[in-house]
Amino acid sequence: MSATPEAPEKAGFRLRDLGKMFGGAQGTGRQVGILAALVVIVIFFQITTSGLTLNPTNLINLVNQNAYVLILAIGMVMVIIAGHIDLSVGSVAAFVGIVVATAMVSWHFPPLLAFVLGIALGAAIGAWQGWWVAYIGVPAFIVTLAGMLIFRGANQFFGNSNTVTVPDSFTFIGGGSIPDFGPNTNYSNGTLILGALVIVALVWQEFRQRRTQTLMGAEPAPLWVSIVKILVLVLVAGGATYLFATGRIGTSYPVSGIILGVLVLIYSFITRNTTFGRHIYAVGGNWHAAELSGVKIKRINFFVMMNMSVLASVAGMVGVARAGASGPGDGTGWELDAIAAVFIGGAAVAGGIGTVVGSIVGGLVIAILNNGLQLLGVSNDRVQIIKGLVLLLAVGVDVYSKRQGRPSLIGMFARGPKSTSGGDTPPSAPIDRPSVAPTGESAEASSRPQSTTPNA
Amino acid sequence: MASEPVILEMRSITKEFPGVKALDRVSLVVKAGEIHSICGENGAGKSTLMKVLSGVYPHGTYRGDIVFLGHESRFKDIGSSEAAGIVIIHQELALIPELSITENIFLGNEPRRFGVIDWVQAKKRALDLLARVGLEDDPDTQIKNIGVGKQQLVEIAKALNKSVKLLILDEPTAALNEADSQHLLDLILGLKGRGIASIMISHKLNEIEQISDSITILRDGKTIETLDVKADGVDEDRIIRGMVGRTLENRFPDRNAEIGEVFFEVKNWTVQHPLTAERMVVKNSSFIVRRGEVVGFAGLMGAGRTELAMSLFGRSYGTFISGQVFKDGKEIQLRNVTEAISHGLGYVSEDRKALGLNLLDDIQDSVVSAKLSKITKLSVIDKVEEHRVAESYRKSLRIKAPRVSEGVNKLSGGNQQKVVLAKWMFTDPDLLILDEPTRGIDVGAKTEIYGIIRDLAASGKGIILISSELPELLGVSDRIYTIFEGAITNNLTADEANPESLLRSMTSAKKKVDS
Repeated sequence: MSATPEAPEKAGFRLRDLGKMFGGAQGTGRQVGILAALVVIVIFFQITTSGLTLNPTNLINLVNQNAYVLILAIGMVMVIIAGHIDLSVGSVAAFVGIVVATAMVSWHFPPLLAFVLGIALGAAIGAWQGWWVAYIGVPAFIVTLAGMLIFRGANQFFGNSNTVTVPDSFTFIGGGSIPDFGPNTNYSNGTLILGALVIVALVWQEFRQRRTQTLMGAEPAPLWVSIVKILVLVLVAGGATYLFATGRIGTSYPVSGIILGVLVLIYSFITRNTTFGRHIYAVGGNWHAAELSGVKIKRINFFVMMNMSVLASVAGMVGVARAGASGPGDGTGWELDAIAAVFIGGAAVAGGIGTVVGSIVGGLVIAILNNGLQLLGVSNDRVQIIKGLVLLLAVGVDVYSKRQGRPSLIGMFARGPKSTSGGDTPPSAPIDRPSVAPTGESAEASSRPQSTTPNA
Repeated sequence: MASEPVILEMRSITKEFPGVKALDRVSLVVKAGEIHSICGENGAGKSTLMKVLSGVYPHGTYRGDIVFLGHESRFKDIGSSEAAGIVIIHQELALIPELSITENIFLGNEPRRFGVIDWVQAKKRALDLLARVGLEDDPDTQIKNIGVGKQQLVEIAKALNKSVKLLILDEPTAALNEADSQHLLDLILGLKGRGIASIMISHKLNEIEQISDSITILRDGKTIETLDVKADGVDEDRIIRGMVGRTLENRFPDRNAEIGEVFFEVKNWTVQHPLTAERMVVKNSSFIVRRGEVVGFAGLMGAGRTELAMSLFGRSYGTFISGQVFKDGKEIQLRNVTEAISHGLGYVSEDRKALGLNLLDDIQDSVVSAKLSKITKLSVIDKVEEHRVAESYRKSLRIKAPRVSEGVNKLSGGNQQKVVLAKWMFTDPDLLILDEPTRGIDVGAKTEIYGIIRDLAASGKGIILISSELPELLGVSDRIYTIFEGAITNNLTADEANPESLLRSMTSAKKKVDS
């Protein structure tokens, strides 16, 4: 890139730059919009609950209560990007939960071994469902609807519809928090260290991204954008660290939150930076083109479905650990919460679009909404109505604004399905003009039916 | 000239699409009870003219007048043209596979009593209509269970039910075998005997010659001439002369490649239709490609060119029956696309939006998508390298986009095609198959793409060019194979080939030459 970038509009402040602040690679306008919505919702509840929302105890509860749904959302967004759906996750989580609980109680498995057993069981279930979807070609909706029934029944058959209490040593992953150690600082030292690590990582990540953009020859966002972004992130992370570290004695950042964080990091990387991730987007975006580019679409579909069940097993075990027991009604409705999170987070029903981080933000919107309304004493019936309306509104506004040819919701921040690096003026090319002029014969094109097996 | 009254007159029809004049003051006169054929190369405007006539393009979207049965007609949709007695049967049949013959015949036009469909009445009438078209199947049979030929007859029965006065048939025999075609042609002649006029669009000149009373020839959206078959003594050569007659402009780059030895050879390639077992879409085809050679494939729509290409490219089409592929003298297996790519094949598909691109991707994702392994380490994508690669193609192919992170859906057709070409050039193929690489893109971009093709050949790659545009084939290819009904019928060098010789081999199986 040129050594002297022309000072882009001296005043410096452009809304698009703001968009770049949080519209990372593959970020949609809706994600930026939904992030803004999340902030608004948090502020709203913080005021109306007179400070109860951003209170250490409440935050710790919030993470513990929602970690498993967010873990499910990670797998679900990949399934939805590939153009499928998974309705079985709640039942799979419940079935894995009862097996793991029984393994520890009746078969005297140590917790770690039981955890490994749970993962293996999840993988086996996932392989079963993935096989039907990918190799037999049964739509995932049907396969997982069947799975929802099968594994709910299996949970109750296996556990005789009883509740099995798990040993205390296992509840660590669902209800535990970072143990305290070191000098007495009146804060949770573990949480402080974790917070410091996160802040360092955020700063490093931002500068790494700028360097990559420069390497690509693209003009990175103005420096002030990066600095403001880092300041905002550090403030949020620092504030959260402070809150988590100052809870009741003996509490700190929950272990389930750490598991979630690690999974988000891993899966963000997989979806954005690996061949497998790229192929998931390719299959969901246009599987004909993907197949003709040498993508093994059956294999991709298989592993996406299998991965979902593995994550469902993790979520199931975290859920059991939090509750301290596994019962016949565990995981009911989890699939719907996860799916809602993914769609609020900007994924497309038709597949091909969506991100892990977006889905987490979408899940947090639901979580804060749930939590805040409960704090306000709104009864559960009305909470459900409000959640339903929020889902409809979030997707509806986006669909509507897209149809109007305007950029997606809060499109002044960022635009396009993937507004990545650099960039100055929006493209001048007309968007809606059909690029293939209909010259008479185009409709005459051969009526050759598609050969390949539809897996979508 | 016969003194039959005129039933249809289209006067000075002009139809424009953004940037393209599809029809330019076209006139057509059809007399009562005649079979009138419309001939022209692909893109001449035949289908557009029929869409204007049948109301697909409603009055007001074109200029000119339509006079039908003495009245000036202003059809606002298909329904109003059908009400007037004009029924169009498209090449792609408008039947619903899961419904029965009866249900299809009366779809949208159901006989009712007190608001309830009268199935007894419907079935009676269906039997009567089926008898008139010579179809003996049970009217309760589902459409998906009868062959294409019979489906065509059901379409005609459906048209008869609408008391058709003018029947338009768009490539009615394209998907039929010889016996079914003959039956259909006889039926059209039979309808003529009952006073129903027909307009037929067909690429099969022998059929046109056989049944037409008059022929109107279109070229480049203009009426060239109308011939009276009997009075003018028209034969296939006469029709071809009318259809071609285009001067080859100087828009093709020089043939600068040095043609090397044969490196790719296909022997006795036979492929079956994916759904119809008895139908062979590619029959016993053998051909060779040399290094640095651009090999054209000429054939009519549905002749089997795309099917041949896709079946070679990792069996992406149809059911493989038999045949061998040799590369550099060794037999290779191309059982799936991954194998085909690893053996150095690339395929730029005919339909870039449906088969060539993921329209949600940006340019850089698209360019690397067929060979991610070149920019990955341990399956992690090197995004800096990805960007660099895409950027270099953006510059060398002059893809008009501000940056490679631009979504491909925002590009024009020509630039999208360049992205697809870049995608396959990135795989560094030895043999690149280009299926209609210039379809639907403007002249400037076409010339650029011809240049890219020539450069690829000059770098020693073999190119297979499938095209419906004869000037393009003649201008770019070093050698041209012709295909007719799935079989290779001729093999001409650039010097031997001319539009007449190509069209002759593309429209009939005679003069079979061993390739």
